[in-house]
This record gives sequence, C-alpha cells and structure tokens, in this order.
Amino acid sequence: MSGAGQLELQSVRFGHEPGGWELRIPSLTLGGEGMCGIAGPNGSGKSTLLELAAGLRRPDSGAVSLDGRSLAGMGRKAVARRLGYLPQECPALFDYTVEQVAAMGRHAHGGRLTPDAPGDIAAVSRALDAVRMESFRRRRLSQLSGGERRRAWLASALAQEPGLLLLDEPTQALDLHHAAAVMEALARKAADGLRIVVALHDLNLAALYCDRLILLQDGQVAADGPPDEVLSSGRLEALFGRHVEVVRHPDTQKPVILAKK
Amino acid sequence: MIKNPKLWLFFGFFAFFGVILPWIGAEQLDVGAVWGGCWGNVTPDSRIFFQMRLPRVWMGLWAGGVLAMAGAALQVVFRNPLAEPWTLGMAGGASLGAFAARMCPALWWAAGPLNTSQALALLGAGGALSLVLAVARRQGGGGQILLLAGVTVGVISGGAIMAASGLVSPDKLAGFHRWLLGGLDAADWRALGAMMVITAPGAGILAALAGEYNPLGLGEAMAAGQGVEVARVRRWTAIGAGLASAGVAAVAGPIGFVGLLAPHAVRRWTGPDMRLVLPASFLAGGILLAVCDAAGRWAAAPLEMPVGALTALLGGPLFLWLLAKGK
Repeated sequence: MSGAGQLELQSVRFGHEPGGWELRIPSLTLGGEGMCGIAGPNGSGKSTLLELAAGLRRPDSGAVSLDGRSLAGMGRKAVARRLGYLPQECPALFDYTVEQVAAMGRHAHGGRLTPDAPGDIAAVSRALDAVRMESFRRRRLSQLSGGERRRAWLASALAQEPGLLLLDEPTQALDLHHAAAVMEALARKAADGLRIVVALHDLNLAALYCDRLILLQDGQVAADGPPDEVLSSGRLEALFGRHVEVVRHPDTQKPVILAKK
Repeated sequence: MIKNPKLWLFFGFFAFFGVILPWIGAEQLDVGAVWGGCWGNVTPDSRIFFQMRLPRVWMGLWAGGVLAMAGAALQVVFRNPLAEPWTLGMAGGASLGAFAARMCPALWWAAGPLNTSQALALLGAGGALSLVLAVARRQGGGGQILLLAGVTVGVISGGAIMAASGLVSPDKLAGFHRWLLGGLDAADWRALGAMMVITAPGAGILAALAGEYNPLGLGEAMAAGQGVEVARVRRWTAIGAGLASAGVAAVAGPIGFVGLLAPHAVRRWTGPDMRLVLPASFLAGGILLAVCDAAGRWAAAPLEMPVGALTALLGGPLFLWLLAKGK
C-alpha cells in the first residue's frame, strides 16, 4: 500500500439540484483504520459525498484535503496513487479481459493494459488474487456474471494500490453469495492495512463488516460511530420512516435489522 | 509498442503499398524510364510517377492514417464505437468551411502552405462538434443521439455546400466536383505539405494522449478515479481530431468512414489497448485510403471514381451493421 490517505472535509457544501437538498458536511475525517460504511436512504447523498471525497466533483464551498493537501490543487495521477475510487457502474466500451480490467488500475503508476513491468504484473496478480479471480484472468467481461464483473472492477481499484479506497455500492444488485464475496475481499484488504470507505445499501452487510458507520439523511450526517451504536431502532425509524426491529446476530452479536409489517 | 510484431506487420504493408501503388493507374509506366528519372533523366513516365502518382499515394496513406487515428480516439473519449470525424459531423463542417474559403474570393488568403481554407475548415470542424455535443448534452449525452446529431450536421453541411455551389459559375465549379465527393485529385507535393502542416500536429496530440485513453474504456468516473484528467483528455482529443479532419478536408474534401473501418479492423488483431490501436489504425487507415484511391483510378481507367464515394460504400454498411448489432 502506498501513501497514507487521510481525507478531511471542512465546511463542505454542495447543492445537488436547484430546489433540492444540499449536502452539508461541517467537518468529517475519512480514512481511519479498517472499514467505514456510509449508509442512508436513497438520495440521501451517499454517492455525492463519495464523488466529492474522490475529487470528481468540486464542492460549492468548503475544502476537501488529502493528507493535508487540497484535493483541487493536486493532479489526478497524484491523487490516484493515494486514493482509489470505484463508481457504482463501470460501463465497458470494449470487451476487455479480466486481466486488462485489473491492469487499468495501474494507470497512475505508468502501467500498461498488458502489464509488462514487474511491479505492475505483481500488483495485478495480487489484486486478482484478492478478489479470487486468478483463474478468470483471460476471460472476457461478456463471459462473466454480474457478480464476477463487479469483482473484476474491484480488482482494478485494488491494483491501483492506494492507501484509501472509496467504493460506491460495490454490492449493488448482487445476490447474497456474490455480495458476501465482495465484502470478504474488502475485509481481507482492510485487515492488510487498506483503509476503506464504502457506501452500502444493505444495513446488515454494513453492520457485519464495518468498523465505523456513517448514516446520511438529506445530505447531512445523521449519525457517525460504531454500527452497534449507530443502528438503533429509534434512529432507523426516523431515517427510513418505517418501523424496524433491531435484533442481534446469533454468531457475531452485531445488529441485524428486520423490517416490520 | 516498438517491439510489437503485429505493428511491424502493419508497417510492412504500409511501406509495401507506398512503393507499389504509384505504379497503378491509367498510364502504364516503364520501370526503366522512372528509374532514369531518379538520376536526372526526366521523361514523361518519370514525371507522372514523381509529380503525380507518388504524392497522391503518399497523401492517401497520410490522410487515411490521421483520419483513422482521429476515429479511434473519438470512439474512446465519446464512448461510442461508431464515432469518427464524419459521423460526428466534423468532416462535413470542415468541408463547408474549406468550400467557403475557396469559393468566396473575399475569404481567400494564403501564406506558404497555410491558407484560409484550412482555418475555416478548422472552424467548421470545431463548430460542428460543439453543436453536436450541445444537442447530445441536452438529451442527456446518450450514445445514439450523438450520432444522429453528427450525421445530421454532416447532411446540413453537405446541403449548404450544394446550395452555395449553385451560386458559383459552372467552369469554376468543375474543378471542385471531385473535391465535393472527397478525392485525392488535387494531390501534388505542395498539397501534401499543406495537409501535413495542419494534420501532423493533430496526429502528434493524439499520439501523445495514447497512454491516457485506456482507463476511459470503463467509464469516465472510473478513469478519473484511476488518474485520468478526463476533461483535459477530451478537450485535447477534440483539438487533435479537429486538426486531422480540417487538414484533410481542406485538401481532399469530405472523406468518411476511414476512422470507422480502420480502428474496427485493427482491434480484431491488436485487442483494445489504445497504445497499439492508435499507431496500428494510422497504418491500416493509410493503407485503406491509398488502396481505395488506387482501385478508383484503376477500375474504370482512364475515368476515376472519387475515393470518398468508395470509402462510403465500404464504411456505410459497416456502420449500419454495427448499429444493428447495438454496439
């Protein structure tokens, strides 16, 4: 892992649409040890927050800084060596192989689509290994299932080898098996020292895997802390406007959220 | 890249056609007479070879090459496998600008290899692309809207040229008949120089960006996350492709589909790596245009078919097929 990857958001404001809500973050630090989840209802600002944090959007006011340097003043390559970003969808223009997809992650390090430098070859192998896609190396994207495709994209972000990785709903539209495979891969990387910030739709996955959970509501941080504390039935009812039951996972004692009729 | 054997194969064909094609044409040339021309013994044969055929074939190789590079790059930055200078309206806009400069004496001005037909062609290409992008953006930037707008701008430009040509005296227009359909008739060393002055910087810009194109294959958000300055790459690609389209159109008129045919053929061999696709497209596009032009000269000699019509006959069906395939 190269670079530290500490993100600071200070008095950030971003108006989504005229007449709509505004993202307002007085102060937020991302990039601590382990895995940090961002959850909240649809349209609460999860993706926008990640895009601001990744430097894909500029805030209307306020500052985003990476390791003490303003993100706006850094070149994209310098950012990419410290900070990775995996969007929700990566629509492919051509039918790349899994290895080529992973190798794209080496761009900021000067790597090629057909990795030829020893450092790039090793990084691509590590990334494919981390998502358990080593044997899929030569397969094309068109031959993969939805879950395998998402793991190939994840391999691309991992091959980048940043200090901090932001992911926007990497388990979206995946069944339980594939969602768990993605989260397991992230958990292994987090245990190796990669700092991870992941927007998640599924509160139960967030509770199971995250060390810290940020709940967003209408563009503002509604709660921030360990999932145990953040996921109380009262708060979730206020957030989603529905009655929910929070019980304990029989193995891990982590919170499990159940819908109520 | 330099070590890639496929690229050397393309280069071998490129060089082969550069030497062989000048021998093809209405007039059968005598090898000995042409060879004598190299040593100062000028004959009609050597004059045809060195003053007409050679610049024409090499212009075909060069023009086809830069158009193919422009197509390959535009396909990636606009994320549309059917994008190329003609389908985005750039070739049409450039031709309209070049036509205006040549037909209207008030707009004509020249200095060495530079003239106002190149400047107005550049303006036309840029204006056409801006218009097409503005229309597409209003519709959410969707893929096929881009092409629909591009082809329409091309048709409008063609209509404007046809309308304006009605105002030009027939004898002045006769010399432009081939140019209107896209042809290399005007080729001599000066015309080739004039084309290269404008297109070489364009090709240079696209070549310099080759390394930035690959991550764009997984979308702009992913590419930005991986360290590509997406807006800057897009802007410079538009400039590079605009220079290529304008430089070619100013001399040879609207030649379409080379930027579609060559990259699609090349990618079957090289895969999608743009570091290979760009140089290979240059070589393949050059071969394609030069061979089409030679075929047009040879098929009904001494009559000629304009090369722009031939590339449209080859590229149009490919365009339709790719459109039907939905990719």
